[in-house]
Amino acid sequence: MKGYNFAYLDEQTKRMIRRALLKAVAIPGHQVPFGSREMPLPYGWGTGGIQVTAAVLGASDVLKVIDQGADDTTNAVSIRRFFARTAGVRTTTVTTEATVIQTRHRIPETQLRENQIIVYQVPQPEPLYRLEPSRIETRRMHALSDYGLMHVKLYEDIARYGQISISYDYPVLVNQRYLMSPSPIPAFDNPKMHMMPALQLFGAGREKRIYAIPPWTEVRSLDFEDHPFRAINAPHPCGLCGATDSYLDEVITDDRGGRMFVCSDTDHCSERQVAGHVGADGWREAAQ
Amino acid sequence: MSDETLISARGLSLRFGTIPALVDVEIDLWPGEMLAIVGESGSGKTSLLNVLSGRLAPDAGAVWYRDPVGQLHDVHAMPAPALRTLHRSDWGFVHQDPRQNLRMNVSAGGNVGERLMARGARHYGDIRAQAIDWLVQVEIDADRIDDLPRTFSGGMLQRLQIARTLVTHPRLVFMDEPTGGLDVSVQARLLDLIRGLVTRLGIAVVLVTHDIAVARLLAHRIAVMQRGRVVETGLTDQVLDDPQHPYTQLLVSSVLNA
Repeated sequence: MKGYNFAYLDEQTKRMIRRALLKAVAIPGHQVPFGSREMPLPYGWGTGGIQVTAAVLGASDVLKVIDQGADDTTNAVSIRRFFARTAGVRTTTVTTEATVIQTRHRIPETQLRENQIIVYQVPQPEPLYRLEPSRIETRRMHALSDYGLMHVKLYEDIARYGQISISYDYPVLVNQRYLMSPSPIPAFDNPKMHMMPALQLFGAGREKRIYAIPPWTEVRSLDFEDHPFRAINAPHPCGLCGATDSYLDEVITDDRGGRMFVCSDTDHCSERQVAGHVGADGWREAAQ
Repeated sequence: MSDETLISARGLSLRFGTIPALVDVEIDLWPGEMLAIVGESGSGKTSLLNVLSGRLAPDAGAVWYRDPVGQLHDVHAMPAPALRTLHRSDWGFVHQDPRQNLRMNVSAGGNVGERLMARGARHYGDIRAQAIDWLVQVEIDADRIDDLPRTFSGGMLQRLQIARTLVTHPRLVFMDEPTGGLDVSVQARLLDLIRGLVTRLGIAVVLVTHDIAVARLLAHRIAVMQRGRVVETGLTDQVLDDPQHPYTQLLVSSVLNA
């Protein structure tokens, strides 16, 4: 696009971000500060993710952008179009075709490969921020791997509710060292981060932090021996494709209590439908 | 008593601007011993406690700590992670104001369990059982385990702080005016509790107090401080019954029935 550098950001900024990324990959789960730039979208809409994507994107890359698992929501469409215009890269909605996937709040159901990069948009990179207000203290806690406080939070959950009540942004320990926020993905997706073949990059624009998980790295969700981590999901099959192993969204269909559960990953759902899988709501629609 | 000290300070000096907080202080503490540091406000008691526990670096001098395998460590030359590990396992710190140490928005059980979890305990049932055990030991009802500390009285908060500190069975506990701000009957009960627990568990204690009665009740040995100097040390009864230094004489005579 005339008047803009490739992928919007100038080359000096990209170099700065890449240096931060290299450091982040070298220290899995450690938050690296970077000089976050003003981007043409508001904080909270993915300014961190979009800068990381711009810094790693090459001319031959194929980009997929998802928002809550969907390829067709505003944020996903806008960011995809942004890079189609400013970088001229090919875009896709098919997980297996993409080389770079920018995501908000989900990890695709399809297992990622070694030659893929997944970029997470992160609103709050500090996993301890609700527990310890001082950043100086949280940085010291990270430096000394003093994470008793996080377990106190889990203890309190069990004491009060009988179970760990965190359903998203469930804290993980990366490479047996750093406590890390996985970004607000559902706890259901946490096990996918463990030993993932793809490179995982995290960008927090407003908070000016980048962190990363290199491929094939151990990622453990925190838990107790007698209250092990469990992935929470709605106990239904997908209404459209009948999948029982994918993360489901609840969709209100009318004002008389009607609702259906559908895959949050639209690409996964449509691929299953093309392959001939039909869910209960799909049959009803066909009958009508 | 073994002849090897648990903690030894040599030549400690510390100034805050022109004010000398510590002047060439030497302190020795043996395992299982209770040492009281007494003196008036501003005599450097709390500074000494902070320097001994590694929370405040002295201008000169060193603090040596002997770990369970008998190796000596210079507390102020230790790497920060090692010092923090020491503070959350082998050592404990009891503040005058329990709110400084407790997490007021975390239940009593969570407060007691935090040090266990920081040390790596990962079994919820065990942590809870130990928390209940410790609440009972400090005379708090076991069914208050899920209550927030802000519903506790001042004396209960102080006992909760003690439970939280002793749950990892530390060898050495620093206490800064543990009975300050409590009314007399609560103080008496708390002193009784501290004496019982410390004797039973064989914990060494450095106790800072301005209350000579507290020192007499709890401490084996006493160190009297004045303007940053230790002016007199010795067995508690000896020092209090037959004070040698003029300042100690003044201190003892100014207290009724000390």
